[in-house]
Amino acid sequence: MSTPLRLAAIRKRYDAVEVLAGIDIEVAASEIVAIVGPSGCGKSTLLRLVAGLDTDYEGEIRIGERVVRGPDRAVGVVFQEPRLFPWLRLDRNVAFGLEDHASPRAAALVRDTLEVVGLTAFSNALPKELSGGMAQRAALARALVTEPQVLLLDEPFSSLDAFTRMRLQEHLLAAWARYRPTLVLVTHDLDEAVYLADRVILLTDRPARVADVLRVAPARPRDRRDPSLLGLRVALLEALHLEGSALVGR
Amino acid sequence: MQVGVFAAYQLPPPPTVLEAGAALARRGLLLQDVGATVARVVAGFAIGGVAAIVLGTITGLSRRAERTVEPTLQAIRTIPTLAWAPLLLLWLGVDEPPRITLVAIGAFFPVYVNLVAGILGVDRKLVEVARVYALGRAEIARRVVLPASLPSLFTGLRLGLTQSWLFVVVAEFFGASGGLGFRLTDSQQSSRVDLMFVALVCLAVLGKASDMVLRAIEGRALRWRDVLATERPA
Repeated sequence: MSTPLRLAAIRKRYDAVEVLAGIDIEVAASEIVAIVGPSGCGKSTLLRLVAGLDTDYEGEIRIGERVVRGPDRAVGVVFQEPRLFPWLRLDRNVAFGLEDHASPRAAALVRDTLEVVGLTAFSNALPKELSGGMAQRAALARALVTEPQVLLLDEPFSSLDAFTRMRLQEHLLAAWARYRPTLVLVTHDLDEAVYLADRVILLTDRPARVADVLRVAPARPRDRRDPSLLGLRVALLEALHLEGSALVGR
Repeated sequence: MQVGVFAAYQLPPPPTVLEAGAALARRGLLLQDVGATVARVVAGFAIGGVAAIVLGTITGLSRRAERTVEPTLQAIRTIPTLAWAPLLLLWLGVDEPPRITLVAIGAFFPVYVNLVAGILGVDRKLVEVARVYALGRAEIARRVVLPASLPSLFTGLRLGLTQSWLFVVVAEFFGASGGLGFRLTDSQQSSRVDLMFVALVCLAVLGKASDMVLRAIEGRALRWRDVLATERPA
């Protein structure tokens, strides 16, 4: 079900400002890749290109063998905010992206997905009745229900408290284990990056290039206190710091 | 009951008004007046409202339609709507069509303006969610933009309804043979202040009642909103 994602020589500029200066990234089928980098370096822009929300770029994005440019049903997205439709109850929100969203088949799929994110009891709730963490779990369910080959997450847990964030990371891993999408996660939380990802890709400051790629070795389930994870975190921090000083020196 | 500040022929005491209303009702004229006015409001509000929803949806969603229609509509809107009355009478005769048209014009603009503003104000982030699923423009409009602009539409409908009551009275001033507006001018000519008050009270009750109906529908349709209004227990 899952397919590799390949970004080749992606360049993007907003008028005179170059944002992405030739990005090459290959993500294997069902791999989890975290993208980190200085704030404002273009991480989210990169994700928007893959999501098809912005088609004004150079380079090529492939899902499997297909070149995609523009929205594609093989891609699912979880944004920084839940972005639930406030007028739809939770089950209808989750069903939104299904082509037959009013059918019994859709209802069964929605039930399954809500169970994966632990929201079965709230399928009838309105978004305003949900907490921030629940709303973001619902957004995750909505992205998963269409069983996308590629799942993109743009700082999905950044507005949640530390405890809720850790719980949602577990939900994300459970969902990934169930649907096995190729997963790209943009984050500024280094702990999150090393805990979730198979590889962490570090981008330079704007215009963004790939500065470094770190492989996270430990098998899942991982222990958050694993010294090798902490070591990787320190390595990332140092690399980011170098990026930061490069910025200051400019 | 009389304090004597105003003469009774200027401001009749409530019992006199009640009596006059009862007498009018006994002759079957009260129901006739109310019926005629309500029918005109319902027809005018429905026509104006539907036209505004159709046109507002089109101009709200299509930039090209907006460029074509909007300048003309804005120009028309600057004409005080009541100034249409003599022209409409000339064009459409003195029968029902000009009256209902006037009410429709009155209902149209508040609905149109609020709906277009609502559509243009829809959160881009919600539209993006729909775009990610590769939905077409029509489907995004139907499933995201229109539901999201429902609160603005209701604001417009309620303002449009208020305008409809205003305009129906004016429409009935012009040569109508029935209706509460007619009753007002007719009573003025025969110096029946008590009957004028009967008509005013009827208009107040009808206006309030119709707004309450619309508010109830609005409350049900917009229960999903996370705002002060929906926080209060029903």
